[in-house]
Amino acid sequence: MKQLTMTAMGDSALLIQFGESIGEEVNAEVQAAASHLERHPFPGFLECIPSFTTLTLYYDLLMLERPKGIETVFEYVCSIVEELLRDAPNRPSPKRRVALIPVCYGGLHGPDLAYVAEVNGRSEEDVVRIHTGQDFLVYALGFAPGFPYLGGVPESIAAPRKSTPRLSIPAGSVGIAGTQTGIYPLQTPGGWQIIGRTPLALFLPDQDPPVLLESGQLIRFKAISAAEYNRIAGERE
Amino acid sequence: MSLEVLKRGLLATVQDIGRRGYGKFGVGTSGVMDSYAYSLANWLVGNNGEEAALEITWYGFAVKFLSDTLVSITGADLAPESGGLSVPMWRPVFFRQGSELIFKRPVSGCRSYVAVSGGIDVPEVMGSRSTNLRAGIGGLNGRALESGDVIHIQHSASSYIRLSDRSENSPFQTVKWSAAPHMTYGGSQVIRVTRGRQFEDFHQEARDRFFQSEYSVKPESDRMGYRLSGPVLGMECPREYISEGVAAGTVQVPADGQPIVLMADRQTLGGYPKIAQVASVDLPRVAQLPPGGRVRFQEISHSESEQLCFEQARQMRLLKTMIDSKLKEENNAAD
Repeated sequence: MKQLTMTAMGDSALLIQFGESIGEEVNAEVQAAASHLERHPFPGFLECIPSFTTLTLYYDLLMLERPKGIETVFEYVCSIVEELLRDAPNRPSPKRRVALIPVCYGGLHGPDLAYVAEVNGRSEEDVVRIHTGQDFLVYALGFAPGFPYLGGVPESIAAPRKSTPRLSIPAGSVGIAGTQTGIYPLQTPGGWQIIGRTPLALFLPDQDPPVLLESGQLIRFKAISAAEYNRIAGERE
Repeated sequence: MSLEVLKRGLLATVQDIGRRGYGKFGVGTSGVMDSYAYSLANWLVGNNGEEAALEITWYGFAVKFLSDTLVSITGADLAPESGGLSVPMWRPVFFRQGSELIFKRPVSGCRSYVAVSGGIDVPEVMGSRSTNLRAGIGGLNGRALESGDVIHIQHSASSYIRLSDRSENSPFQTVKWSAAPHMTYGGSQVIRVTRGRQFEDFHQEARDRFFQSEYSVKPESDRMGYRLSGPVLGMECPREYISEGVAAGTVQVPADGQPIVLMADRQTLGGYPKIAQVASVDLPRVAQLPPGGRVRFQEISHSESEQLCFEQARQMRLLKTMIDSKLKEENNAAD
C-alpha cells in the first residue's frame, strides 16, 4: 500500500488523497478503500464519500477516545485508517456487470445533439455512434442524488458547457460537458449540452440502494427509438 | 395527536439530526441548521434529543394545536405569540387543544425550532426524517410545510409530562425556569475556522483579507449555503480543481472570489477551492445569521477546534441533566 496523504477537514472529517489526476486506476483504489472502511467501521465512523481521486471520511469525534500520547482525534483517526487500509485490497471487489442505459438521442429529448455534432464537424449519427461505442466508468455520484460523473468522453464529441444554464432540465436527460458525460436524475437547472434522455429512473428513494448506478461501476449507452422510450417510460408508471 | 399549519411563512420544514450513510449516492445529510438549539428544544419536552422537530425560518409561520401538546421553542427569537401573549422561549410550554402559535417577526437570529414531546411523526426515509427539498424526500412528503397541512405527533412517555402551574384561562402554561443558551444570535458574529485544504493556493493578500475583513450575508443565502460578500479572494494561479467531499461549514470560494459557507442542504461533492472550515461549535451561529448579517473569521488551530467540541459536549451534558431534573420536579409537583 502506498503512502496516503490525509488532510483534516475541520474537526469532524478528513480527506484521503490517492492520486493527483483523474484516472481509472486511482479511482479503483478510492472505491476499494471506501468499501473496506464501510465493512470495517470503527467507533465514531459516520460515512465516507468517494470522489475521483479522494475519499472523504466523516466521524463523530465525541465517540472517539484517543489514547494517551496522541495529540488530536484527527491523528488518532489517521492511525486507525492507515491500519485498516493496510490490509485493504487496492482493487474493488468483483466488478458488477456493465449497466446498459437506453437513451433516446436527439429531437425533443436531446435538443443539443445538433450543436454537439456541429462543434465537432460531425453528423448527429456519428455523435450517437461514438457515445454508444464505449463503456464509461462511474467515477463518483454527486451534484444531485444519483447523478453519475462519467469521464472519458472522446475529444471527438466533447463540447463546452452552455454559456447560460437552462433553468430546467428534465430527469433522465443525458448531457455532455467538456469530456464528461452524465445523466440528470432529477429535474434541475443545468448547463450541460443535452443530447438525449433515458426513460430509466436513476434516483429511487424507496429502494436500497436508492440509486440505479453506483460509483466504480461501468455503464454503456444504447440508442433507442422514441417509441421504445415511451414504452419503457410507460412501464415505469 | 397532531397540529395544523395555519400559515406557511417563509419556509418551515421537518428536520432531525440529519441523514448519514447516503452521501456516496449523492444524497446529502440535510437536517437542522442549528443543532444546538434543536437538541435543547428536544430535551426541554423530555425527548431523547434526536426526534424530528420543526425548523421555522424568519417569519410568518403559524400552527394550531389539535390536541394538548407539550412544546418548546428555541433558536432564533421570531416573536412567538399565542392568544396575543408573548410565548417564552427555551423552556417547556403546555398548549391546550385549539391554541394557536404564530411567529410574528424576526427579533434576533434566523431559525426557530419547535419541538413537541414525542417528536414529529413522519416516515423515516433513508434513516432520517429530515426534509431534503432538492431530492424531494423526508419530512412531510419531501417538501416545505404548507397552510392546511396536518402533522402528526408521536406518542411517548414524555407526552404525559405535566407542568405544575396550569391556570385554566391562558392559551398556554409554562414554567418559571429556562435553559438560557450559551450563545448569542446577534447579526454580527466572529466565527472560528481552521484552514481549508486549498488555503495555501490563495494569494497571501487574499489570506490576510479573509481574516481581517468583514463579510456580509447575501439575501440569496439559504439552507444550502451562506453566500457572503466582501473583499475578493483571489488565487495564486487559478485552475480547475477535481471535485471532492465537502462538509457543513466548508468555506469554498468560486471564481468570483466571494466565499460561500456550505450548510445543511449542501451538495455532497464540490469543485471550488476551500479556504477554511468552520469549527463545528460555531456552525449554529452561522446558521442564525440573517440576510445582511455580518461575519468575521478568526483562525484557530485544529486542536482548538476539537477542544471546543469537547467543551461544548461537556456543557450540554450538564444542561441536559439539569433539564431532566427540572422536568421531573414539575411532574412531581403536578401530582
